[in-house]
Amino acid sequence: MAENEFNFSELEKRLGVNRRTFLKFCTGVAASLGLPTSAAVAMAEAVADIKKRPPVIWLHGQECTGPTEALLRSEQPSMEHLILDLISLDYHQTLDSGAGHQVEDMKKKSMHDNKGKYLLVIEGAIPEKDNGIYCKIAGETMTDLTREAAEHAAAIVAYGSCASWGGVQSASPNPTGATGAPQFLKDKTVLTIPGCPPNPANFIGSVLYFVTFGKLPPIDDKGRPKWAYGRLVHENCYRRPHFDAGRFATEFGDEGHKKGWCLYKMGCKGPETYNNCSSLEYNNIGGQVWPVGVGHPCFGCSEKGVGFNKPLFSLAEVITHTPPNMFPTIEDREDASGITAGAAALAGAAVGAAIGATAMSAKKLDETQSNSNTDKS
Amino acid sequence: MSTRITVDPITRIEGHLRIDVEINDEGQVSKSWSSGQMWRGIENILIGRDPKEAWTYTQRFCGVCTTIHAITSVRAVEDALNLEVPLNAHLVRNIIQAAHALQDHIVHFYHLSAVDWVDVVSALDADPVATSKLAESLSGWSLNGPHEMKAVQDRLKTFVKSGQLGPFASGYWGHPAMKLPPEVNLMAVAHYLQALDVQQYANKIVAILGGKTPHIQNVAVGGISNSISHDAPSVLNIERLMLIEGFIDKLDHFVKTAYMTDVPAIGAFYLDWTGYGKGVTNYLSVPDCPTDTKLLDFELPGGYIQNGDLSTFKRIDDWSNEYFRKGVAESSKHAWYEGDQALHPWKGTTNPQYTDFQDEGQYSWIKAPTFYGERAEVGPLADVHVGLASGHKGYTEYTHQAVDVIKTVSKNPDIPLSALQSTIGRHAARAIRAGVMVDNLRSQWQALMDNVATGDEDTFNAPEFPKGEISGVGIHQAPRGTLSHWIVIEDAKIKNYQAVVPSTWNAGARDANDQIGPYEASLMGNPIADPEKPLEVLRTVHSFDPCIACSIHLVDTEQKEIVKVKAL
Repeated sequence: MAENEFNFSELEKRLGVNRRTFLKFCTGVAASLGLPTSAAVAMAEAVADIKKRPPVIWLHGQECTGPTEALLRSEQPSMEHLILDLISLDYHQTLDSGAGHQVEDMKKKSMHDNKGKYLLVIEGAIPEKDNGIYCKIAGETMTDLTREAAEHAAAIVAYGSCASWGGVQSASPNPTGATGAPQFLKDKTVLTIPGCPPNPANFIGSVLYFVTFGKLPPIDDKGRPKWAYGRLVHENCYRRPHFDAGRFATEFGDEGHKKGWCLYKMGCKGPETYNNCSSLEYNNIGGQVWPVGVGHPCFGCSEKGVGFNKPLFSLAEVITHTPPNMFPTIEDREDASGITAGAAALAGAAVGAAIGATAMSAKKLDETQSNSNTDKS
Repeated sequence: MSTRITVDPITRIEGHLRIDVEINDEGQVSKSWSSGQMWRGIENILIGRDPKEAWTYTQRFCGVCTTIHAITSVRAVEDALNLEVPLNAHLVRNIIQAAHALQDHIVHFYHLSAVDWVDVVSALDADPVATSKLAESLSGWSLNGPHEMKAVQDRLKTFVKSGQLGPFASGYWGHPAMKLPPEVNLMAVAHYLQALDVQQYANKIVAILGGKTPHIQNVAVGGISNSISHDAPSVLNIERLMLIEGFIDKLDHFVKTAYMTDVPAIGAFYLDWTGYGKGVTNYLSVPDCPTDTKLLDFELPGGYIQNGDLSTFKRIDDWSNEYFRKGVAESSKHAWYEGDQALHPWKGTTNPQYTDFQDEGQYSWIKAPTFYGERAEVGPLADVHVGLASGHKGYTEYTHQAVDVIKTVSKNPDIPLSALQSTIGRHAARAIRAGVMVDNLRSQWQALMDNVATGDEDTFNAPEFPKGEISGVGIHQAPRGTLSHWIVIEDAKIKNYQAVVPSTWNAGARDANDQIGPYEASLMGNPIADPEKPLEVLRTVHSFDPCIACSIHLVDTEQKEIVKVKAL
């Protein structure tokens, strides 16, 4: 369907955005998903249609409300548009006007009326230890509430690192047995949007896909939508040329740090973290507003086994590599001071192995992506 | 005969909170319990880790109070090391603190608690032109025009017509305790929607410096990660600073013309609520926003006031103040941990001991902090009292301004200052503090500009950890009040870590002497018009701006046995 055949006037009025802006957003999402322009128009139409908005049940487990707060900072579209125009948020503890049994009744009613049709969003980890006593809502444990809500959900989204893989409270010794939704709901497909908190665009982009196509977007072996988590932070980092050239900052505020050099030797986990932080950035400001952009190493907050797991300043495993092999190896490059001999050897081994195996770095990059992003659906 | 009401979950807050009240024959609350329902054990996870990375964990106490537990954590380590931090780093932290406080206060009033007082459905009956006229008569906020009010009302009509009311479906619309005229309701709904945009200005300031929000990442023990340079592609320069200034102007306009007017104007219709929600009336606040590297001067004052009487004011001048450091203790007699005695945070021991809800026994994951054995309220109401007692210019001016609006709108010339010690007064105090914080935001920004202009580019002093045991405390005046992180470090590893958090002070269970806490005390005597729809309970509890994930934590840690479950 051609773009000019579609009447957007109603949509403009309702969403408060003009047709051009809205189509541009849909085109962006479609392009990220690898879809043609026609899909963007289909998305826009799905949103413009005043049919029943998809009901959403939102559970809060062990969490800090960071993901919901992130939504409050979303602008593509805003939370206001999401709630008033895109979805019907039938249960959400942070936003519901009523409290106590009023909201619990509302939740039960929506789950009953919309059996098999509601989207279940889980924010927070699920504590399994000691029969789930570490998180209770309305006298029920989070474990029971999650099982109940998951049974007849049309789709399940784990929003945030806590829901995706356990998050901060699952760090050793994991006192409460905090578990992510995919691990807890073993027999279900769970779309995961990890991050602490995640970029809200990754969540809303995937919800918009669900609203449009009636199913979840393609995901990798960890349940992450490929459109958002298909690449390593390292691959699109604006400091990457400094990594390739061997220019590293070694301490906050040192000469290399002031010059915007690579933060790898300060423990940046960009090389082992799949996320779009380095391309999308945060809070719609521009000019490198994301952790590495303010001079701090990525700590892999979205990556299971990295965030809240590896020490903040330890060297990352360089998963994909890396500079052409005519470049000097890492230990021969300039400014290797400030790290221990052991750390340098470790880094040398990791990068050395990668370089040794690389004939054409571009080819390797593609292979790595396809290996780590196996289709699950 | 008394009636028992359990409200679980309390909504429009951070975290999992259960409130129980007993109502007597006069329809008033005669007994109350505040119970946290979730525990994560993050402080236990910290043991043995590098103190330099503690902030990444502690910031995740809370995504609403984002930034504060990161900044306070590095302050605790810096205190233990006696490490001087460059002025630029203090000022950047102060700007983040002020901007975040504004976002937090705005969202709390408009998006989390306004619907306790504002009947959204009633706004459909308002006359948009009359609404505009009313709003224009109150302040110079630029988006009070009749077209704006009409557009908001139309949008509301479309939403209600859809039949899918989502989070608004469970609201207490038409409740007898709702008293605003339709035009005031429509004005409030318009500002509710506008405030969603306004809070973004504060978020952008936090993100420009912090790398993102929620959960900033420019944090470092010894300073900040933002390097400053004007002749290299560094991360903080004049362009970034000017971008921030533009957002400060927009925040200033909204806070001073909308927020600081709306709260007293709405409050004027609910003068009866100045008689409820008094609470414990001991007020504790700590100094914050240091403006020198020796930590001698602070923009925000601290101190302690007893029984709501300003003449009892004892000043807390700085972070090394022994009166503060020695006065804090926590009891877990009525919380789900072992032990009955109130212990100082550096010496606290805590082992979970879950019993389910016992009225006279243990009933919450939230412990009970005390200050020299007394329960104390923390937060904007405490900050305003301490601000007034210490003669702080901003607090004094804005408090009188708020009282004047109430007098004008209510046509009641007799509003004493003590009216602030109430449910509705807590909202007014938060608006007053927002005025102070927006001025503070501007002065901290100016101080940073001035300091950078001297050529000072220092942002970081590297920490060095000695052998042996050291301890420190990080202090912060958070949006919800007095926050302290207490750390013990041994051979560069965390040996003990405890956060005594604002919502722990306020939401805590009964203490070692069975005294009730601030939430519980403030609920006493509240009228309950309809036990099926206990809106009044929500009003009083929400006035504190509860943040429950923050308030629940575990100390000690040398014990390997973590959990003993008594009964299920």
